[in-house]
Amino acid sequence: MKTVTIRRMAAAGWLAFRRNAWLSAATIMVLGLTLFVLGNLVFVGAVANTALRSLESRIDISIYFAEDTQESQILAAQRDIETLPDVRDTAYISRDEALARFRERHKDDALIAGALDELGGNPLQASITVRAQDPMRYAAISQAIAQKNYSGIAKINYFENQAVIDRLASIASTIRGSGAALALFLAFVAVLVAFNTVRLAIYTMREEISIMRLVGATAWFIRGPFLMTGVLYGIVAAIAVTAVFFPLTWLISPKISILVPGFNLFPYFLSNLLQFFAIMCITGVTLAVGSSYFAVRRYLTL
Amino acid sequence: MIFFDNISKIYNHASAALRNITLRIEPREFVSIVGTSGSGKTTLLKLLIREEDPTEGAIFLDGLEVSALGHRELHHVRRRVGTVFQDYKLLPVKTAAENVAFAMEVAGRPDADIAEDVPQVLELVGLGDKMDSFPRQLSGGEQQRVAIARALVNRPDVILADEPTGNLDPVNTWEIIKLLQKINSMGTTVMLATHDKEVINSIDKRVIVLDKGEIVSDKERGKYFV
Repeated sequence: MKTVTIRRMAAAGWLAFRRNAWLSAATIMVLGLTLFVLGNLVFVGAVANTALRSLESRIDISIYFAEDTQESQILAAQRDIETLPDVRDTAYISRDEALARFRERHKDDALIAGALDELGGNPLQASITVRAQDPMRYAAISQAIAQKNYSGIAKINYFENQAVIDRLASIASTIRGSGAALALFLAFVAVLVAFNTVRLAIYTMREEISIMRLVGATAWFIRGPFLMTGVLYGIVAAIAVTAVFFPLTWLISPKISILVPGFNLFPYFLSNLLQFFAIMCITGVTLAVGSSYFAVRRYLTL
Repeated sequence: MIFFDNISKIYNHASAALRNITLRIEPREFVSIVGTSGSGKTTLLKLLIREEDPTEGAIFLDGLEVSALGHRELHHVRRRVGTVFQDYKLLPVKTAAENVAFAMEVAGRPDADIAEDVPQVLELVGLGDKMDSFPRQLSGGEQQRVAIARALVNRPDVILADEPTGNLDPVNTWEIIKLLQKINSMGTTVMLATHDKEVINSIDKRVIVLDKGEIVSDKERGKYFV
């Protein structure tokens, strides 16, 4: 294609963008709303992910060892457990440490402190705390540990807390699954709305497309300006949506922090700003240009 | 030279828009195609720029077999044939000058030519002072003159005019016909489809009469009687 042709197509696209100002504004509005929905999905996804991670990281199982088990035996078992598949990390809690934690937790309760003093020794057992990569795998991990038959194992608390652990794990996995499905559905609806809006905008120009054809324009000479206009729609919509997210994330950031401790939306948005804008731009331009391409093609049959 | 070689256009089994048309039009001719509505005049013109495809037969424009062109090659014939329509078919968001310039841009003509030719041709059709008006700001007659300027600007071999005066009052009708005659006298073949008796009788050139898709009369210096 000659440069003069490309220049003319770009100029025509810009002219159409400007002279059909209302149509452009309406199309950008809908495209912007689509990007807004998609942008929200990105943030809701990030928030939900953080919340679920923190929930899942609180699930663990403990393996208790009888009082007379040698520390070296427990450490050997710990090293072995760490090599199991699905295990994320383990922590050894000695008898003394367990007692210290217990005392710390109940330091305001005189009755318990008194009871402990009465007993004289340390009634608590040493334990290994195990966290899994995926909370659905605790049953398998517990099974594996039980089968290893490490000497001195008194109990594995998974078998006592099985119902709660499985419930929590399945809630987390359901939220992930249905959240992804909902996000996909919303994204699909948003994309469909944008696609139809662009198609409608081009539908209003179907007569012009056939006129251009009859005057002797090639298909590309007609398509080019529409694609150019599509690029402009996409970029303007992306800029507008990114601008809207500044005050929005700033406003709701404190509320999200209360809901999900440790997640600061506004700094998260700022640190991912460039990436976010790029995603909005690419999505917006792809949507508008793709829709334009297919919409124009329908009227190029003449 | 334009040559329709045994052309038929059949939309469905019950009716044929055109049947076995063989027609030769020499360069620089002014030909009026007449007939009632539905006689096939418009279809005949549409076939030459392949707005419609013939069901049978072949169409030639100076050795170019128009009827054999692929969809991607149609612009070649459309740039050599200027077309004027009853409903003008101007681009609404472009000014008069831009509408005319568009036909040149489409043909890949350089900017310098466009800057020179557009005002000239608009001057020729009497719209030198309305170059920057949008179609909605022009009267019917003025819009049709813009359309003629657009058809003319690439110096086509042929101008097709399909009921160009159908929407115009008598004064504007004569303006447009005089313009077409002037264009013809400068060397361009003109094919004019119309059912306006007075127009045809005053032109006093070749007249082809179509009826129900067939040529019923073809006379040099013809008249049109109903």
